[in-house]
Parts: sequence; structure tokens; C-alpha cells
Amino acid sequence: MADLLQITDSNFDEEIINSDIPSMVDFWAEWCGPCKMLGPAVKELAEEYKGKIKIVQMDVDKNRQIPAKFGIRSIPTLIFFKGGEVTDTIVGAYPKSHIDEVLKKLL
Amino acid sequence: MAVEDLIIIGAGPAGLTAGLYAARARLKTIVLEKFSPGGQILNTDWVENYPGFPEGISGFELIDRMKRQAERFDLRIINQEATGIVIDKRKIIVTTDKDSLEAMTVILACGATPQKLLIEGETLLTGKGVSYCATCDGPFFRDQTVAVIGGGDTAVEEALFLTRFASKVYLVHRRDRLRATKVLQERAFAQNKIVPLWDTVATRIAGKNSVEGLDIKNVKTNEEKTLPVQGVFVFIGNNSNNELAKGILKLDGKGFIITDNNMETSCPGIFAAGDIRSKLLRQVSTSVGEGATAAFAAEKYLESLI
Repeated sequence: MADLLQITDSNFDEEIINSDIPSMVDFWAEWCGPCKMLGPAVKELAEEYKGKIKIVQMDVDKNRQIPAKFGIRSIPTLIFFKGGEVTDTIVGAYPKSHIDEVLKKLL
Repeated sequence: MAVEDLIIIGAGPAGLTAGLYAARARLKTIVLEKFSPGGQILNTDWVENYPGFPEGISGFELIDRMKRQAERFDLRIINQEATGIVIDKRKIIVTTDKDSLEAMTVILACGATPQKLLIEGETLLTGKGVSYCATCDGPFFRDQTVAVIGGGDTAVEEALFLTRFASKVYLVHRRDRLRATKVLQERAFAQNKIVPLWDTVATRIAGKNSVEGLDIKNVKTNEEKTLPVQGVFVFIGNNSNNELAKGILKLDGKGFIITDNNMETSCPGIFAAGDIRSKLLRQVSTSVGEGATAAFAAEKYLESLI
């Protein structure tokens, strides 16, 4: 399975806010165990929703502005976007089925 | 459909050890894990009390080693979430988010989840300054003031970890002394960033979009005040992940699964190991022993059916 696209503070607007399709950003860091536990599920979902929902990651250790802008103080955090607006947020590691339910609402 | 000898639910230290023993016994075994293997140990930065690692080992590295060791004996770990258990005469049906599986025995090793404070502001501010994982979220609190709630090993370990980032760590504990292991207490008291607040309970977390303060109350004097903190880390114990066991297995007053010395539950053929069990001490070192016993007991049970 291909690695997920890693977005940054500088291309966040271009990749997410101005995206033609809905998106989900997985905010994570190397130091975070539960983020790693969630990783495989996020990768699978990225494959399953390919072309319909853009599923990407942002490393909060390398990018400080966007996580601060969204008030992220806990990871993993998943934020769902549609038309440049936040539609949902999931804080903490939840099973794939739970994330899938929220993704379905974006379609 | 092929009937498995054993289905293990959960791939933390208990489940992976059970899997290792079952795989070496050549039982037809699968492990179901809704995430990737790990469990609560992945919330731990450094494990110092698991024997064999004199300098300690990271929680992630320890789990990765356990997983590789079990897979060396061809253990199958499947990324599915178990959603139900039905007892069908001698067989046990385990439904998952994708499938329905059958086995002759089951080991429940689903672990536990941190207990919440259940006070005002907690749910609203979770992820906005309220946290149950210092290793995940500690770095967001550089040069800030935080409170840790609890007095056991986890609370004190995590308070010590948070001193790497925070400028001050209040340790809020409802009793007048800590329950944590003495060596951890010594370290905490030697660390001047940690300020213990005895006989104190948290009553409310203040803030709208982020934590702005923690209301506390001294249970002896009834004195109330607000701590000016930006983060609240909660380590006051665990709840059993007993959803699959409810209505099927005997549980203790707190919801943990009751087993005998051989890890067998009130239902023949179903075993439990690790944090999900009713027991005195929840550690990696106790979980692995229970995982081994449960797998061996499952093997004996299978032999008794022949």
C-alpha cells in the first residue's frame, strides 16, 4: 500500500481548503503510539475512497501553524473538510468502521 | 467455514503472548485486532519494569518485538473489529465488522480504557487541553502549566514525562499520599516542576475552545480554587473493555471479567487475559503471564473435547 500524502503548513490551503473533493486530514507525529495504531486503517480508507475523498496526513512536529489554527492539542486528531469548511472532528484512535461512517457523510 | 481452534480478541501484550503460545502449540489460531497491535502500552513512553530490558524499552519497540516473535511461528493477526460473541452449542461464533468466524475456544484480551473524571467541561475540552495520553499530547504544552489527576503509577510516570515540556505540573490527588511505586515517588518529589496538591479533587474544567483552568476542592478543608492551567491529564484508573462479555460472562463490580486461576471465565471455552480481567495489578508483566496461561488452558480444554 502506498504511503499517504503528507501535507504541510505551506500547501494546506491548496490541498485541502481549495480542494475540489472533500478531504480528511490525519494529524499525527512520530512520538505518538495511538497514531501509529491508527495508521493502517487510515491508509486502507485512503485506498477505498480514492478519487472521492482526499485522505492525507500532517506531521504536527514538522508543521506548527495549521495544527495551532485548528486548536489541536491532542493526537491523533482527524478533521473532515468539505468545500473548505470543517464538517467533523474525531479526537483519539477510533476503529476504522467509526471513521468510515463519518467519511460516508462527506459524499 | 473452517472452524478455528482459538480466536484471540485483542493484540496487546496479553493477546500477543497467548498467540505466541498457541502458535507454538500449533493450534489453528487467529488474533483479531481493530487497530494495529499494541493496546494501552503504546501510550507509554518508556517501560522500565518489564524484566529483561535493564535500560528499559519503549512501549512501541516492546510491542513490535512481541508481534514479530509471534509471527515467527506463523501467528495470523487480522485487522478486524470483533463485534459480538454467540455461543452455539460447543462452538463459539465471533462476528466482526467484516465477517463471521467460528472457533472452539476464545481468549478475550481486549484490555481497558482510561477512566474519565466525569466532571463538567471534560467531554467538551477533550482534545482541546484535556488528555488521557501524555506521550501523545505532552509536546503541545511546551512552557505551559498543566495538571495531572491521579496518584498511581501511571499518573506519576506521566507527570514526570510532562516535566520535559511543561513549565509546571500540578499533581492533583484525592488522598494525602501517593499509591505509585516508591521509586517513582522519589523521582517526582525530587523534580521541582512537580507540585503535589493533596486531598484535592477536580470539580470542573473551565474553558470554551481550550482549557483555561481547573477548579479544585480540598476534601478536608472544603476550600475551593481555580488552577490556571492550559492542560489537564487524567490518569485515575481504567475501565474494562467488556462490551463483548456483557450478558455472557460473569463480571466483577467494576465490570472486569472474573476468571479462575487458569484464566477460564464463567463460560467453558472462553478465557480472559490482561487488563480486561478482574485482578490486583495491571502491568505488561502480569498480562503476558496470563496470556500464556490462557493459551495453555485453551489447549487443555480442546484436548478434553476429543
